[in-house]
Amino acid sequence: MSDEKNKEIILTGVPAAPGIAVGPSYLYSKAVPKVHQRALAPDEVENELARLHAAVARSERELQKIHSFAEQKLGASNAKILEAQVMILQDAVLMGAIEKRIRSELKNAEYVVYDEVSKYRRLMMESEDEYIQERTHDVDDVMNRVLRNIQDQKLVSRLEGESIIVSHSLTPADTVIFSRNQVLGYATDHGGFTSHAALLSRSLKIPAVLGLRNATALVKSGDILGIDGYAGALIINPTEETIEGLRRKEQRLKEFEKKLEGIAGLPAETLDHKRCELSANLEFAEEIEFALKQGSQGIGLFRTESQLIGRETFPTEDEQAELYTSVAEQMFPHPVMIRSFDIGGDKLSPEPLQEDNPFLGWRGIRVCLDRPEMFLDHLRAILRASAKKNVRILLPMVSKVSEVRKAKEYLKQAKDDLKTRGVPFDHHIKMGVMIEVPAAAVLAEEIAKETDFLSIGTNDLIQYLLAIDRGNTLVSSMYQEFNPAVVRTLKQIIDAGHRQSKWVGMCGEMAGNPIATVLLLGLGLDEFSVAPIVLPEIKKILRSIKFKEAKRIADKVLTLQTEVEIKDYLASVLREKLPDIPLEALDTSHY
Amino acid sequence: MIEVTVTIRNRAGLHTRPAASLVKTAARFKSEFTICKDGIEINGKSIIGVMTLAAEQGSSLVLRFEGEDEDAAQAAVVDLFERGFDEP
Repeated sequence: MSDEKNKEIILTGVPAAPGIAVGPSYLYSKAVPKVHQRALAPDEVENELARLHAAVARSERELQKIHSFAEQKLGASNAKILEAQVMILQDAVLMGAIEKRIRSELKNAEYVVYDEVSKYRRLMMESEDEYIQERTHDVDDVMNRVLRNIQDQKLVSRLEGESIIVSHSLTPADTVIFSRNQVLGYATDHGGFTSHAALLSRSLKIPAVLGLRNATALVKSGDILGIDGYAGALIINPTEETIEGLRRKEQRLKEFEKKLEGIAGLPAETLDHKRCELSANLEFAEEIEFALKQGSQGIGLFRTESQLIGRETFPTEDEQAELYTSVAEQMFPHPVMIRSFDIGGDKLSPEPLQEDNPFLGWRGIRVCLDRPEMFLDHLRAILRASAKKNVRILLPMVSKVSEVRKAKEYLKQAKDDLKTRGVPFDHHIKMGVMIEVPAAAVLAEEIAKETDFLSIGTNDLIQYLLAIDRGNTLVSSMYQEFNPAVVRTLKQIIDAGHRQSKWVGMCGEMAGNPIATVLLLGLGLDEFSVAPIVLPEIKKILRSIKFKEAKRIADKVLTLQTEVEIKDYLASVLREKLPDIPLEALDTSHY
Repeated sequence: MIEVTVTIRNRAGLHTRPAASLVKTAARFKSEFTICKDGIEINGKSIIGVMTLAAEQGSSLVLRFEGEDEDAAQAAVVDLFERGFDEP
């Protein structure tokens, strides 16, 4: 290899999940599926066609979703390129030829797809037209998508040994599927700190740097990479010196972690003995063991959407009840807050949605209230898990009081159904509301009156309040947790809840930002629900300060005018209280 | 059966976006629609086929329509070419 080839290149992006790793790359999006020819027995043909149709349908759904996003970001005219890809999938001439050949030649679907599409590809390559590049890319893209979908599980088994995944973007499904393998880290061209893939990599303890823009163009499969999930850097072909530096940084962080050993068994209590609840945000039942080990006193947010990954229909009441009951039993006697399906937005939807602006569209409670049968199944399933009285319900995306009242009516109906069936459940199950829409923040007191508790979802609240698309790398640096408007809104919500003698928690990312801990404590937050990985740090901070002092600090913060002033002030407070805290490494917000 | 000859007017030729518009327009009609260029015949309702044509600005194509609504199909498709697919 030439020196040029081995030159160290440093790319910076969004530090999405902390951690450091060095290892070979695995290029995901560019990896062209390998196609082998296989003869079919005549009785395999129908099954093979079904595989083909399922893969085409799935590819179409994926593309429809990408298309609606592209329309929003690039405009309808530019998004037509993606529309053309969808049209290729719907091309009756092409698909008819493929089906016919599978039947008559008795060959496997991936081979026939590859061979048939290659015919067109060859014709395009023969042409001298300057736009031919674009067209072969489109055709390759869509063919590879179908081939990947036909091969589904095979893709992952090709991940041999430990690697750092480099891809254009990562869907939550990719993140989950890869995490079951030996993944050292994730690096993507697109995506922001609060994208679902980022949330997942944090909870899975896998370092991730997103929004690198051109990582897939610069990285080749097998290149050695260094990934710094704290600083948001991806280093291609790192020098010995760079690797050494990364290891030193990792070492320093590990040392701090050691200081936190044993803290899991201690209460989350301030120096003047104010107790806070410190719980975990979870997506998968598999994370419970780790959350408990980290000292979690409950689940402050159990995301139910993971059940929808890779499914065409909603899971049945029984399937849901089984999962929720298992989670509630594993956590017993600690409380588990089950958030009702928050589908739509950037989350997974089992049905393709065509919305110009999905974040302002049909999602969360809106979907549930529009789909009573689905919602009632869901509520009954949650109720069935509540027999031991440690389950609570959390409603996402509420923007008005009437939605809460309607949800309560459905809850009553679900309870009546179970009474009739004679199934045990908690008759006094608590139901709370996520405050994540600015309207709900304004109406927090009225909403608190209607419910048992409030839980602040900062990720959406901040993006709606500041009008910043957190997944858009062009503006995501303006997503500011310490914007004075955010801080004042948090105060309004917490005070409103307390005026109604209701408990106020926070399950957004901000609850797990060490710089925010003292402020949130001082504002009177009752519960911090955080990613299990940061739980010990947050507890350490809570145990290092007096509530009285935190209140004074929060009062001071409320007088500050800019994000920088607030952040600098809170960082200085933290350094004073905990001089050995490696803040530069723990602060995962944008630098 | 109707046969007409058209010339590509838009600068970028019959690339992906115009190809999509063309196939979508043709799909609204029952008639068979064939495009001939340099001795190659492709099905005008197949996007991948149309993309294969790689017809650049100034090139001529023979369009063939056959079926019950061939007049209407011809009018709609030719109109699209005349408008240069609403592109520069």
